[in-house]
Amino acid sequence: MVAITEKLAKPQSRLQFVLDRPRVLGALFVSPAVLYVLALVGIPLCLAIYYSVSAYTIYNQDYSFVGLRNFIQIFQDDVFLRTLWNTFLFTLGSQILGLILGKFGALVLLRPFPGRKLVRALIILPWAVPIAIATVAWEWMFDSLYSVINWILIALGLMNPADAPNWLGDPHLAMICVIVVNAWRFFPFAIVIFLAGITAVPQDVIDAATVDGAGFWRRNYQIILPMIAPIVVVGLIFGTVFTFTDLSIVYLLTMGGPVNATSVLGFEGFQVGILSGDVSHGAAISLVMLPVLFILVVVMLRFIRRREI
Amino acid sequence: MSRALANVARESGFAATVAFFVILAAFPFYWMLITAFKTNADLYDLSNMPLWFTDPPTFEHIRYLFEKTLFTQWLLNSAIIGVCVVAITLVCAVPAGYSLARMTGRNGEALGIGIFLTYLVPPTLLFLPLSRIITMLGLQDSLWSLVLVYPTFTIPFCTWLLMGFFKAVPREIEEAAIVDGCSNLGAFVKMVIPLSVPAILTVVIFTFTLTLQEFVYALTFISSAGEKTITLGVATDLVRGDIYFWGELMAGALIAAIPVAIAYNFFLDRFISGITGGAVK
Repeated sequence: MVAITEKLAKPQSRLQFVLDRPRVLGALFVSPAVLYVLALVGIPLCLAIYYSVSAYTIYNQDYSFVGLRNFIQIFQDDVFLRTLWNTFLFTLGSQILGLILGKFGALVLLRPFPGRKLVRALIILPWAVPIAIATVAWEWMFDSLYSVINWILIALGLMNPADAPNWLGDPHLAMICVIVVNAWRFFPFAIVIFLAGITAVPQDVIDAATVDGAGFWRRNYQIILPMIAPIVVVGLIFGTVFTFTDLSIVYLLTMGGPVNATSVLGFEGFQVGILSGDVSHGAAISLVMLPVLFILVVVMLRFIRRREI
Repeated sequence: MSRALANVARESGFAATVAFFVILAAFPFYWMLITAFKTNADLYDLSNMPLWFTDPPTFEHIRYLFEKTLFTQWLLNSAIIGVCVVAITLVCAVPAGYSLARMTGRNGEALGIGIFLTYLVPPTLLFLPLSRIITMLGLQDSLWSLVLVYPTFTIPFCTWLLMGFFKAVPREIEEAAIVDGCSNLGAFVKMVIPLSVPAILTVVIFTFTLTLQEFVYALTFISSAGEKTITLGVATDLVRGDIYFWGELMAGALIAAIPVAIAYNFFLDRFISGITGGAVK
């Protein structure tokens, strides 16, 4: 860096000074970031792909190429197929729930009212606080014996004490629990994204629509929603990617159980690749996520390019 | 009259919606708070009303947390990791963000999007090869493994944020400095950086909170209790055997949650403008 700066300290002409220098400096400026990311994201990604077509385990570090054998084996495994289905259910369920909550939450926060800042601060909490920490609190709320949720439902007369469910012990309820916790964690982010979009819509567009006789729903769904679609889609894809690949909620809340009912791809990859040490099969399970991620990213790039607002 | 009535109905409907969202978002934290200060006798008595204290509040759980567990060690570990990752991130992301905002033209935009997309490569795809790499480097079970790995998501994220901020700094400022005899590098160091202190501060805070929020890599690389981060330690190490000590757990969770929550609220607006500033226009 010093060498380049000194060499260019004596420019031959003003023109060269302006033309050459920024290019060299610019390349120099991006290189640390690019190199860091290449070394610790690019190389591991290639390694992961290689592991998935090898026989590598931590006990037998055999790099021999086995083709698609690992993939064929995992797709014949019932636990894996269950996991794959769970992952889609988990992602879709929590994103839809989170989006609905986010849309209505944004409408609430859009209107000025006394104490709005405090309300916003409280609503942001689920997204701000580390999810592992919040999940522990949910685990305590879903406790089989001391569940406060059951207590409230019984106190409100909505549930009979005899039917108090064991939230995390029942396969269907456990799935609902992980979906709800994830939607809970995601909806403040959805609110923030919707708010950012809506406040970016020029007021005169909305006024013009009102003058032309568009009502509340019409303004919302035919004017505002199409205009904020690019921001919302980018936000949605963010949420989808992080939900689709997450393992922390499942790991802390249910450990994939009961009987694999809530196991998701990230968790299964961890279970097989790290805990059992079967790196090649673990890598194959994780890599099943890649095509889905790829499609999401392509969609997102199209929307980033559109930039309407 | 009926109009006034409709107004009242609408207002109370609105208030109910606000209340619904506040309770939905904040109840788990209220529950944390209550649990953290309840005596065990109160906590595990099913005949008590759980939403408030039956016995007077106690600091027993907090004291236990600081005296009998590795909690302070985890706080220290998280602070060390946070400071180191912030330093690495700033060194890489500040110049990169500036360069992508100004210097490399059309290719710069493509490169910017490329760097940003790496933020979307999930930990659950990379943790297997990274754990092998970390074993090769002899960093397994050490907090330095996290110092090495965390910049892989903080650098892309912060480069993107800073790119948005730097685009908002008028180019004329550097041009004026260059006319006055500054070099390009000099203009950046003497003019742009001082102007961007608020943006850089935002990046510092967000990098720090990202390291606090991370769980997957910490879980994968660290197994001995003394090297854990606060998030990992609270979530996995306060459970002894199969017995949960909910008072201590919730106290630990509360203490870990508070700083992040405060930081987010101070910097939220700047963060939103950063994200959308980079993504849209």
